[in-house]
Amino acid sequence: MAILRLLELAPAQQQAASGFLQTSAWLLVAIPLLSAAFLLLAGKRADGWGHWVGVAAPGLAFVLGLGVTVSLLGGDAATRVRSLHLFSWIPAGSLHLDAGLRLDPLSLTFVLLVTFVGTLIHVYSVAYMDHDPSRRRFFAYLNFFIAAMLLLVLADSYLLLFVGWEGVGLASYLLIGFWNHETPNAVAAKKAFVMNRVGDLGMLVALMVMFASFGAVDFTTVFHGAPGASAGVLTAISLMLLLAACGKSAQFPLQAWLGDAMAGPTPVSALIHAATMVTAGVYLVVRSAPIFEGAPNAQLVVVIVGGITLIFGAIVGLAKDDIKKVLAASTMSQIGYMMLAAGLGPIGYAFAIFHLVTHGFFKAGLFLGAGSVMHGMDDQVDMRRFGALQKFLPITWATFAIAWLAILGIPPFSGFWTKDKIIEAAFVGDGWRPWVFGLVALIGAGLTAFYMSRLFFMTFHGTERWTKDQHPHEAPKLMTVPMIVLAVGSAFVGGLLSIGGAFSTWLEPVTGHHEHAEPVLSVPAITVATLVLVLAGAFFAWRQYVVSTVPVTPPLASVLTRAARHDLYQDEVNEALFMHPGQYLTRSLTYGDRRVLDAGVDGIGRLVAGTGELLRRWQNGYARSYAATMVAGLLILLVVVLAFQS
Amino acid sequence: MTTFTAPTIAWAELAPVLIVLGAGILGVGVEAFVPQRLRRTVQLVLALAATAGALVAVALLWHGVHKTGGSRLFDGAYILDGPALILQGIIVGLALLALLVIADRTSLGEDAFAPSGAAVPGSDYEQLARRKGLVLTEVYPLVLFATGGMMIFPAAGDLLLMFVALEVLSLPLYLLSGLARRRRLLSQEAAMKYFLLGAFASAFFLFGAALLYGFAGSIKLADIATATSSVLGMDSLLFAGLAMLLVGILFKVGAVPFHAWTPDVYQGAPTPITGFMAACTKAAAVGVLLRVVYVVLPGLRWELKPVLWTVAILTMLVGTVIAIVQTDIKRMLAYSAIAHAGFILTGVVAWNQRGISGTLFYLLAYGIASIGAFGVVSLVRETNDAGEVLGEATHLSQWAGLGKRSPLLAGAFTLFLLSLAGIPLTAGFTGKFAVFTAAVAGSATPLVIVGVIASAAAAFFYVRVIVLMFFTDAAGTAAERTTVVRSEGLTAAAISIAVAATILLGVLPSPVLTLVTQAAKFIP
Repeated sequence: MAILRLLELAPAQQQAASGFLQTSAWLLVAIPLLSAAFLLLAGKRADGWGHWVGVAAPGLAFVLGLGVTVSLLGGDAATRVRSLHLFSWIPAGSLHLDAGLRLDPLSLTFVLLVTFVGTLIHVYSVAYMDHDPSRRRFFAYLNFFIAAMLLLVLADSYLLLFVGWEGVGLASYLLIGFWNHETPNAVAAKKAFVMNRVGDLGMLVALMVMFASFGAVDFTTVFHGAPGASAGVLTAISLMLLLAACGKSAQFPLQAWLGDAMAGPTPVSALIHAATMVTAGVYLVVRSAPIFEGAPNAQLVVVIVGGITLIFGAIVGLAKDDIKKVLAASTMSQIGYMMLAAGLGPIGYAFAIFHLVTHGFFKAGLFLGAGSVMHGMDDQVDMRRFGALQKFLPITWATFAIAWLAILGIPPFSGFWTKDKIIEAAFVGDGWRPWVFGLVALIGAGLTAFYMSRLFFMTFHGTERWTKDQHPHEAPKLMTVPMIVLAVGSAFVGGLLSIGGAFSTWLEPVTGHHEHAEPVLSVPAITVATLVLVLAGAFFAWRQYVVSTVPVTPPLASVLTRAARHDLYQDEVNEALFMHPGQYLTRSLTYGDRRVLDAGVDGIGRLVAGTGELLRRWQNGYARSYAATMVAGLLILLVVVLAFQS
Repeated sequence: MTTFTAPTIAWAELAPVLIVLGAGILGVGVEAFVPQRLRRTVQLVLALAATAGALVAVALLWHGVHKTGGSRLFDGAYILDGPALILQGIIVGLALLALLVIADRTSLGEDAFAPSGAAVPGSDYEQLARRKGLVLTEVYPLVLFATGGMMIFPAAGDLLLMFVALEVLSLPLYLLSGLARRRRLLSQEAAMKYFLLGAFASAFFLFGAALLYGFAGSIKLADIATATSSVLGMDSLLFAGLAMLLVGILFKVGAVPFHAWTPDVYQGAPTPITGFMAACTKAAAVGVLLRVVYVVLPGLRWELKPVLWTVAILTMLVGTVIAIVQTDIKRMLAYSAIAHAGFILTGVVAWNQRGISGTLFYLLAYGIASIGAFGVVSLVRETNDAGEVLGEATHLSQWAGLGKRSPLLAGAFTLFLLSLAGIPLTAGFTGKFAVFTAAVAGSATPLVIVGVIASAAAAFFYVRVIVLMFFTDAAGTAAERTTVVRSEGLTAAAISIAVAATILLGVLPSPVLTLVTQAAKFIP
């Protein structure tokens, strides 16, 4: 059964890349990488114009990516998976590790999204970072990120993917801590670093298990061998990959870092922590479809993780007053949707990626809008201090409104075409699952409508609540134009790509063809229910935040609201579960690095450290006891040798 | 009346060793005849020229050895086969790199060694020596002698030459360990411990050799290997002898439970010497282990497998777990060296050709990263209240925020740590990959599983230092008083070479991998 499904999954045979455009696809990674190196090495001379080099790099990559995509579209659907061999990386005996790129609809979708949205955000940053003395360094990091992200999605093996994976992680820490002269920012960067290490551990173990079972780590061999592997092995690999995905995509239980990551400059939040890097986990799951297909239990875990995160993020978003933290919570929740869809199997893959693309547009637009608001309000982020900004920032208001309607899923805006499909897909199946998953997705849509409307109304409508010395003003053209472009995308991309199921068909060489399946409720019923919930959410937000006045200080609220304001006590849970028990064991050996606020993950290390402390006592510095140890070692050696000899 | 027949000496095959030892002897002459102010320059040039020359000699020999498979000199006492030659190349190359760090006097104008090694710590004489600016140039010949011993060690085809080489490499190292300029007492204590325990281990080795001679009637490895299958009824002699021999070798490798000297000596020895020991001694000792395992033990692999497996597993686990609780950077790197000994052992006990080549590659990758890392450590110093630069800032907390003040140095250190942790695109990854695949192919999968878990746990303490350097604020802590001294250029060169090699061996390792694969064949 599993084998049949897998054959269905991989209809397109891989071919070697041909033509000038495809064979020069390595430039996609090389151009931004060179640009980053140039910007870092150029020194102060390039301060005046270096950022334009930084803008040109992703622009060029986009043009090239578009060329490659067109060249693929020119051929038959069955020929749309191309491989480009770069060089032989590690030839160890009969085992070869090659470095190569894989050009297929899935990777190219990412290439286009990353380079297009990336270019816009680069342009925006030129103005946003105008007054920052280290703007050149900022652009170097952004370019480096683009290069690493493109390597991640273009890699043809898990190992090369892992290189890109580490690269985007590195870029992310560098940019979160970009203003690291402020301690909270440095702490946030560190938290992201530590949480991501846990995820990477999953990736490393998955690599090793793959290697042990298939003797290779490239996609082709692994996917070819997956149907023959035992369910246990596939489940183990899947769960480890899921752990990696959870770390990178801020999914439960490794979600805590994303909110703090908002300490980075807003364009960074838009590019890395909304549109691209955090969706790498979804990419990983969809890319590894043949492995997950053989491990239904792991798929169930993916769906559950997605479902929990989707509700978790939405609840946190309900109560936050910091505009960027609401958007961060919303990102977490939307990626939860994608994860859920990716866990549903072939029926969901295309929609997971589709939602990822539209989300890339509207969430980047929302973040850039938030950046524009902060720009006009002296870096104020407290929404209780906004209000009635519509007249002062008309362009920001208009673009923000479109992105808001898109994330709500109001037809005909982009989000409707993708989120609604995920909700429908969640309702497909037998037994209890469609009901639970479907309802979770449905409720999530209602919650999303409430908190996003709350954000929109608190910022742009209602009464003016800012202080006297603030003078809200519209952002310069370099910032508004990217916002307008993204707004146009948020409005139309979903609808346009849905015509005749264009996007699903495009992805078919990777995700496989899937016949339409009937959900347990009829499709119109689901659509209507979703819309009713969304409108109700928006209405309640309007009543509470436009009709009645918004207090400037947060009122004392119910237990649930307070919990949500504290991110549902995620940091406290981390501390209680991992950090404190570990610390209790090893309190004596804390070293200089004490100011880890909530690196719960350290606790695991500390548990091991407890054992280490015991062993360390053995190392007492007396040469006589070392010699005694050696004699004991020799005796044991002798005993073992002589025992096994007979 | 017997007539004396002069042995035929294959000068060409011995050239690498002769160059290095000859330069060492010349160095002793330099001490006696060259005026003091010129001595350091002459010694340095001599040492660098000798190591570089030996490296060239190795390269020139390679073609012949590759074609014929190697040759047996002195009636099989000295065997120059593929692995031996490659190991000699690795050792002398790493020694060249280490010499650069050893010679560096930094911007302070003083090297890492005591002005007068014979002075009692804290005595007036020491003060005087310091004031007069004496320099201990004997260091260079000592390093050359040690290097020469290390080069003979893996090429030794009989137990006697092996023992001589062991002593030739060990005695200079005992001396060098005790010569640190700062923390003299700690350094002398380390040297004393190293000497006592080293002598103890040597005694085991010698006793083991005696028992094996009793068993086989010969000290040649090839004869002992033949005797394992032909001589009956003396198994206890054989196994007792082998166990003792292995203790002597595993001591130098730094494997658990014969590792106890490592952290104390690594911490006390002058940092450049620690780097030299970590890289070169390990390469030499593992080389000998490889020869013993692949030449003598094949017939006994079932009997000895449990022991070697246990040692490998213990070494990986103990090294990793204790490294996690270290607060001193040199001790942390020492325990990491122990853990790496364990990873290397997984390649050794793979018992296939790929195991040999993987181990050789690993030794190179690990040695480069070690010398680089200890080179960085030698430049990071603490200062006193008056702003005077003191010894090395070895406490981990003193490394906080280093990335902000010296991004290049911290970046290089990060790369070495990542390589030691085995992150892809660094040499360390390729090395781990090579030994682990060899072990899987040699059906030592349980070892690989332990190895993977240990590497994952080890990544924790490497990454901790990176986090400390880049994400922790130094303000208000002891780290504020940490400073980085400028190198004279030699250490900087060594670190740059190590960085380049680490990246190169990570991104494009295939030429080197091909080379070690071609070399991976012992002749008995």
